[in-house]
Amino acid sequence: MNTRGLRSQLKDSVPVAGLCPQGAYGVQDSLRSGFTSVKNELLPSHPLELSEKNFQPNQDKMNFSTLRNIQGLHAPLKLQMEYRAARQIQRLPFLQSSNLALDTLRGNDESIGFEDILNDPTQSEMMGEPHMMVEYKLGLL
Amino acid sequence: MALSNVFETPAAGFNFDNTSRNAALEGLFDGGQTPKPMKTGTTIAGVVFKDGVVLGADTRATSSEVVADKMCAKIHYIAPNIYCCGAGTAADTEKTTDLLSSNLTIFSLNSGRNPRVVMAVNILQDMLYRYRGQIGANLILGGVDCTGNHLYTVGPYGSVNKVPYLSMGIDLGSGNNIDICVITRQGVDYIRPYQVSEYKDNRKTKYKYRPGTTPVLTEKVVRLKLEVVQESMQRMDTA
Repeated sequence: MNTRGLRSQLKDSVPVAGLCPQGAYGVQDSLRSGFTSVKNELLPSHPLELSEKNFQPNQDKMNFSTLRNIQGLHAPLKLQMEYRAARQIQRLPFLQSSNLALDTLRGNDESIGFEDILNDPTQSEMMGEPHMMVEYKLGLL
Repeated sequence: MALSNVFETPAAGFNFDNTSRNAALEGLFDGGQTPKPMKTGTTIAGVVFKDGVVLGADTRATSSEVVADKMCAKIHYIAPNIYCCGAGTAADTEKTTDLLSSNLTIFSLNSGRNPRVVMAVNILQDMLYRYRGQIGANLILGGVDCTGNHLYTVGPYGSVNKVPYLSMGIDLGSGNNIDICVITRQGVDYIRPYQVSEYKDNRKTKYKYRPGTTPVLTEKVVRLKLEVVQESMQRMDTA
């Protein structure tokens, strides 16, 4: 399943709270997310929320640029190719994948962090509607 | 139950969904009366000596003005040769030292070596700096490894100091008993409690009341009338 809709790719970028409504063409999707209100968009978020969301991509960027400076362009290129291949080994969107290859590449299989203890996705209390999750992933939504 | 506004499985790790709710709750309390987390209003100390390291801590955990735990263990195990005293929010010190201990155990299983104190310090520093001081853990790490006897202090924002002797806390939230941990090359002596507080609570009388202490004035019994509505019989297949 190699087709990835544009909207599901948008999550790689840094989101700013409230300025990008979640709907097609940037318009607020009233059917699914309710009416807009300025108060909702100005609510305080935790100081760590943005930095935690971007922690892994920032670490990767830092490591890749160091690697490029030390070993040349080929090293991060090869590594990123491997990451991209490992990231594609997934189950259907509503099923949680173990990400074993990705974890081994990153070195996360030998350390325990808060993401292994807290908020385990396999024990999540909320379940998404499988059809809608697949449609979102394919960009049909 | 399948929700139709969930498009992706939630990411693992910290969940910040409740920050807006907490901000709204603080507005309700208007005046700083929100429930405070359990802190270790603590006194901890460490000293490096010729044969090893000694760590000491009190055992009181407070939650604002209430003593939440009278026999709290503030000297946490990190590795067979490394122990850590924790001041600050009790849950944060507990969880952080647990994570640290697990990571060092994985390392020593992988490499077959005893962990060094600098490794523990580096892992802690990275972790606490990543969370910008939101994890309220003031730690004193002491241990004996192949390079010698070491004592480090790590602050909640990730600052590290290597010192020969140190004490932290020393505020009025300390008290109760004293725990001491002596780490040497030969082994660890965890003395808990080293000294018991002389201000123990001794009750003056028994507070159990015998039946009949309170006189019964009136008694009224109402019987519940239950009527049989439906009776059905199901044969059980015992073969």
